[in-house]
Amino acid sequence: MAADIRPKRPFRWHIGIFLAPAVLVYSAIMILPLAGTLQLSLFRNIEQHQVFVGLQNFRTLFGDPNWSVGFWNALRNNTWFFIIHMIVQNPIGVMLAALLSSPRLRFAAFYRTAIFVPTILSFVIVGFAWKLILSPLWGVAPHLMDLVGLKSLFTPWLGKEQYALTALSLISVWQFVGIPMMLIYAALLSIPEEVIEAAECDGITGLSQFWKIKLPLILPSIGIISILTFVGNFNAFDLIYTAQGALAGPNYSTDILGTFLYRAFFGFQLQTGDPNMGAAIATMMFLIILGGVCVYLFLVQTRLRRYQF
Amino acid sequence: MSTATRSVPRTIGAHAILLTYTAIALFPVILVIMNSFKSRAGIFGAPLTPPTPKTFDLIGYTTVIGQGDFIHYFQNSLVVTVASLFFVLLFGAMAAFALSEYRFRGSSLMGLYLALGIMIPIRLGTVAILQLMVASGLVNTLTALILVYTAQGLPLAVFILSEFMKQVSDDLKNAGRIDGLSEYTIFFRLVLPLVRPSMATVAVFTMIPIWNDLWFPLILAPSEETKTVTLGAQLFLGQFVTNWNAILAALSLAIMPVLILYVIFSRQLIRGITSGAVK
Repeated sequence: MAADIRPKRPFRWHIGIFLAPAVLVYSAIMILPLAGTLQLSLFRNIEQHQVFVGLQNFRTLFGDPNWSVGFWNALRNNTWFFIIHMIVQNPIGVMLAALLSSPRLRFAAFYRTAIFVPTILSFVIVGFAWKLILSPLWGVAPHLMDLVGLKSLFTPWLGKEQYALTALSLISVWQFVGIPMMLIYAALLSIPEEVIEAAECDGITGLSQFWKIKLPLILPSIGIISILTFVGNFNAFDLIYTAQGALAGPNYSTDILGTFLYRAFFGFQLQTGDPNMGAAIATMMFLIILGGVCVYLFLVQTRLRRYQF
Repeated sequence: MSTATRSVPRTIGAHAILLTYTAIALFPVILVIMNSFKSRAGIFGAPLTPPTPKTFDLIGYTTVIGQGDFIHYFQNSLVVTVASLFFVLLFGAMAAFALSEYRFRGSSLMGLYLALGIMIPIRLGTVAILQLMVASGLVNTLTALILVYTAQGLPLAVFILSEFMKQVSDDLKNAGRIDGLSEYTIFFRLVLPLVRPSMATVAVFTMIPIWNDLWFPLILAPSEETKTVTLGAQLFLGQFVTNWNAILAALSLAIMPVLILYVIFSRQLIRGITSGAVK
């Protein structure tokens, strides 16, 4: 009723004009293709025509050993890739941030800048540089290990099936540790002085202060980092492609969903590309990422206490 | 402050750990750049020493500049990055202004719709994006890349910029309205200059993934004419597997522009990331 009494406002065209370019580009290039890809996974190309086949592509993906072995292998590898990130990257990031945020630390700006350098480099550079360093031909890695007396432990990690994936995960950790470090650093800086002072009055200092006071306060940031890592890892492609090629060798031991999608979509030496199967794999990746995001939004985020200062 | 935070062994320990990690972070970069200035014998004989007059050699760089069309790839990367950045910032700021300034029906729904892309990577739509580009004849053009990167950068830009635009004083905008300024003038003349620092932050965040991306150049624009420097370096490195001088020089050429830009903008970038905390 109130609306009738109020003088009718003229249609505000400017809102539409402000929104239009972003919404158009975003919808046309991102949302519609995403929906299109999901839709394409339900079709097959039969005699030059796209025919609706329901879930047939997914049945092939999970039922046909030609596909399912590769898919499960990629998913397993991808999970391991993610686990390494969670147990290596995030603790190192938290530790570095905790050290950086200690009061009156000299050269903090230098450390911050230097540790973030790998993060700005492209995968191509990172992948190749590490490939050279770990190469037995050049001998940098064995030489360095010799200095600490561990030369006997050296093997060409990237070339061995049992080590290659872990080695690549650690390279990726090396590259991205700057991101958790920065976000946690920001979170630590935003803890108000009074809280820290109150803790110190109660005699809680040093490490126990970190565990009892600071860590609970930065848990929301750790949650955000975990979900960012999850999305990034299940969407990764470039590093594996640069270091090991589209075949994700040796013997598919470094194959993750991104490289698996690439081969399915474009084909490689032995197999022709198949957009419909590619779309089916992309749909699975979409569901995995969506699942992760939902778990984060509905389970993790709601349980984390947020402290307002 | 307590004595614990000031104790000497603790400070030394902190510096030791940070220095060690800094060394780990910088070592590969320094190693590659250092060795790119050496002769083949120098690279293999003493990889860990800086170039000496005896081992100094620019053969790698002359090979790279003679063989690959790197200048051209650089231009392509530059065009794609700058154009996408321009559109992300302009369109993103406009949408962020609309969302933060006006209340209208469905405004929060619209905000949610635009935020969707922060979590769901655009790469998953590749199959249909390629079909779209083939249908519109944009394959192997820089336009295709610019469109994709604009769409990719928009969600985060809108999200960050609308947070900042909410902080711009309402009095200022209303004063402008009373003076008879149109909504467009208020946006371009009053609000945009005030959020310039946050625009710089968004710019850095948007720029790095675009410059470094390999996936879309590989799929949408792999032709010689439209190769970006990341894709060019990737293919070039593949060709010269055995020519270590050329590989190291190519890697250094790819590292250096990013590194220089980073050193110039690192303050801005770090301030952007920690902006919530250090006001």
